Amino acid sequence: MSKLRPPLGPQDHVQGNPDAAIELIEYGDFECPYCGRAHRIVKVLQEALGGDLLFAWRNFPLAQVHPHALRAAAAAEAAGLQGRFWEMHDMLFEHQDALEDADLLAYAEALGLDMERFAADLDSDEVADRVRADFLSGARSGVNGTPTFFVNGERYDGSWELDAFLAYLRVLLPERPAAGPP
Amino acid sequence: MALEPGTRAPDFSLHTTPDQPLSLRDFRGRRLILAFYPADWSPVCTDQLAVYNELLPEFRRLGAELLGFSVDGVWCHLAFAKDRKLRFALLSDFEPKGEVARAYGVYRKGEGVSERALFVLDGEGIVRWSYVSPIGINPGAEGILEALEGMERIKR
Repeated sequence: MSKLRPPLGPQDHVQGNPDAAIELIEYGDFECPYCGRAHRIVKVLQEALGGDLLFAWRNFPLAQVHPHALRAAAAAEAAGLQGRFWEMHDMLFEHQDALEDADLLAYAEALGLDMERFAADLDSDEVADRVRADFLSGARSGVNGTPTFFVNGERYDGSWELDAFLAYLRVLLPERPAAGPP
Repeated sequence: MALEPGTRAPDFSLHTTPDQPLSLRDFRGRRLILAFYPADWSPVCTDQLAVYNELLPEFRRLGAELLGFSVDGVWCHLAFAKDRKLRFALLSDFEPKGEVARAYGVYRKGEGVSERALFVLDGEGIVRWSYVSPIGINPGAEGILEALEGMERIKR
């Protein structure tokens, strides 16, 4: 079936344990309401799976449908150049309905970023190329809408509703002595 | 059965707007991607076409134009394309219904719609790659890109 190309590498934005049994990659769009829902679900998965999960994000902005998606992706990448990718990622999802340039600048300010640098990076070719490269890698990997998830390098076509997704991921964990209730 | 690689693609002339027909002949010398899908507005097609819409520059870089086909009427196509901001032509395989889909071997008689099928044609109008997806499953773009890139390699 569809495989993640390229595989996770040093260029990727990742969160969690690099040696985790489960690598979960999301191709998403910051303006997509389904991705907003998925964001909240991923947060719970991260909490539930702890050190067993490595989560990565790649941009897949559907710019014709979501006019702010490209700019929002650029804002996350620009924050990433100051080491604050995930804070901006969360900020954008928490404010999906306010993604105008003025909003993006306000979020950067709230995160305490170097504003001059952020503004320059937001418009830079480097950032635009990075977003485009993510998009093309998604197209080549079989991403067919947002969000699309890959689990350990394979496209996940099942439900990403919390219960179904968590049950699916738990099956992938190595067997361990049963733990008591949390 | 869908036309196989190596087959000459049957010509067509279908309307994209009430007064504008498009034919296979119009694209002679250029690669073409033909995307047959069951219906405007259905959730799967919508994502599928949105992804292709974003990939138009990449398809063009690989020398290909994209055309969408369904049995919907022109006015339906116009409203759908406007709503989804599609930047490629949707052809209306409406009268006689599904004639082009039949010629390409991708018409579903029972439902009266086309399969979710993809064809990549070379500049001479020969099918170089074809794929029929299970109707509820979005085939994505990887197959199209691989087919176009494979043709690129042969050319160089």
